[in-house]
Amino acid sequence: MGIVKAIFAHPSGRIGGTIVGLYILIAFLGMAGITPHDPLMQFRVDRLHAPNAAYWMGTDLFGRDVASRLMVGIGQSFVVAFASVALAATAGTVLGLAAAWFGKGWDGLIMRVMDVLLAFPAILLALLIIAVVGPGTWTSVMAIAIVYTPIFTRVVRGPALSLKTRDFVDAARTFGSSRHYILTRHLMLNLVAPLTVQVTLALAWGLLTEAGLSFLGLGTQPPASSLGLMLSDSRNLMETAPWLLVFPGLAIMIGILGFNLLGDALRDILDPKTRRAVA
Amino acid sequence: MNYLTRRLLTFPLVMLGVSILVFVSIRLVPGNAITAMLGTEAGLLTPQQRAALEAYFGLDKSWPVQYGHWLMGVLRGDLGISVTYGKPVLDVILERFPLTLELALLSMLIALAIGLPAGIFAATRNEKPSDLGVRILAMIGQSTPNFVVGLLIIYILSVGFGVLPVMGTFTPFFENPLENLGQLILPALTLGFAFAASVTRISRSSMLDVLSEDYVRTARSKGVPALSVIWRHALPNALIPVVTLSGVEFGYLLGGAVIVEQIFALPGLGRMVLDAILQRDYALVQGSVLFIALNFMIVNLLVDLAYAVLDPRIRLGDR
Repeated sequence: MGIVKAIFAHPSGRIGGTIVGLYILIAFLGMAGITPHDPLMQFRVDRLHAPNAAYWMGTDLFGRDVASRLMVGIGQSFVVAFASVALAATAGTVLGLAAAWFGKGWDGLIMRVMDVLLAFPAILLALLIIAVVGPGTWTSVMAIAIVYTPIFTRVVRGPALSLKTRDFVDAARTFGSSRHYILTRHLMLNLVAPLTVQVTLALAWGLLTEAGLSFLGLGTQPPASSLGLMLSDSRNLMETAPWLLVFPGLAIMIGILGFNLLGDALRDILDPKTRRAVA
Repeated sequence: MNYLTRRLLTFPLVMLGVSILVFVSIRLVPGNAITAMLGTEAGLLTPQQRAALEAYFGLDKSWPVQYGHWLMGVLRGDLGISVTYGKPVLDVILERFPLTLELALLSMLIALAIGLPAGIFAATRNEKPSDLGVRILAMIGQSTPNFVVGLLIIYILSVGFGVLPVMGTFTPFFENPLENLGQLILPALTLGFAFAASVTRISRSSMLDVLSEDYVRTARSKGVPALSVIWRHALPNALIPVVTLSGVEFGYLLGGAVIVEQIFALPGLGRMVLDAILQRDYALVQGSVLFIALNFMIVNLLVDLAYAVLDPRIRLGDR
């Protein structure tokens, strides 16, 4: 619990932690179907209704409740962001450790493949993957995971390379510790700090990319709800129904802000070197 | 072997990897290029006509043969013929590239013009309310997706001022500079917004680092005026991380800004690639992705070289 205390003692951590906590709660409620209205129900007489007591954030072109759709959309975005970052972090850690541990040819091969993936602008690589597999929620997860894997590989490989040559690893080897034990206990435990920071910042990026792909019509498919999709739908209606633009826009922005603030706080807490310099 | 030579040697290797990856992945996209090109009219083709078209675009050969043929062409500067546009891929790319390049340059200019002074200002007022204000604004800027910024700009203009931004057309800068800037300023502001926020954050933190260095303290204790300490002594060193960040961002922007191009209906590289993927225009996807990756890698290499110019202490060979 020490880390939670440290986060809440840090000014950015306090705000970021609270936002992320609230969003996780909203995401759970949205996914569990505990919303003010059925997000797919069309209240046809109340189409494009401005926010009021019954519809806190108004209704859309089909008379669907924006607040309910927003809650489900946040849940959807979180599922994609968390799943893709979990996949990328796992793959990146395994590849980064393998590159650092086995060295030479393996290191060269793994890092050159990562260089190839990094030579693509992220959204372009995601588009290419989506074109191959077809748009959808799980395609977005896979695309975002593949795009982010090289970054995790680099984050893990660097420190792993220097840890590998440290005395305590040599000592563990001399004592006859297995490779598995050294990798999981000595290397992994020391990589938790940089990985935690990277995971939090990657979640912000995952939310952003999911929203971007859905905005282009290549992520979550209608009638399912997603923040990017809601924004995309608002384009032709923003003059008559600005709430369709404002609420999803704010929801994405505040969510990303939460993860960015939390990531900054974690970097300060876990990496004393950057404590002073971080903005 | 020094760092630069190593980087130059891996360059063709990475490009080869990119070319194989894009060649294979675009061919895994379900559907047929000829059908995608002709749409419903493809049904009217006789088997002979279809075979002739496939032979014309080289689609009747096996993948390795197609790849070898394409690669040989690339080495001669021939990226093939675009099925959708019916002209050489390089021509199609070069038609779109000026817009993308100009948009990237404008966005970077906006980002540096706002971010650099803001970051330096915040660093010199470390932990004061004005520093906090700049940091909060920068954090919000960095967390706002560019499609939200773009839509908000359009909304504010249309509702607040009753004007709609110019969309869907592009006039080259040298043909009519004013019209050109009128078309690109809003998309550039949209892209420059988050970019400026990143520049602010990085220039503030790197300025803070430099301001605590011994040589800056020495300059101060010698009585060098505060402004001169910042501009002459601290800034050149504080610029290094800013150059890296701007270079990498600029490299990304050269790949086209798909979403912003979509919002402002701009005929840039990003939308062209998106359309080419959806149309299964193999040659155009392959050629443009290769072009974008090459640009990106060249920009990154230039950023590395800029290190050496800005800070002679950095030996590229040591890294």
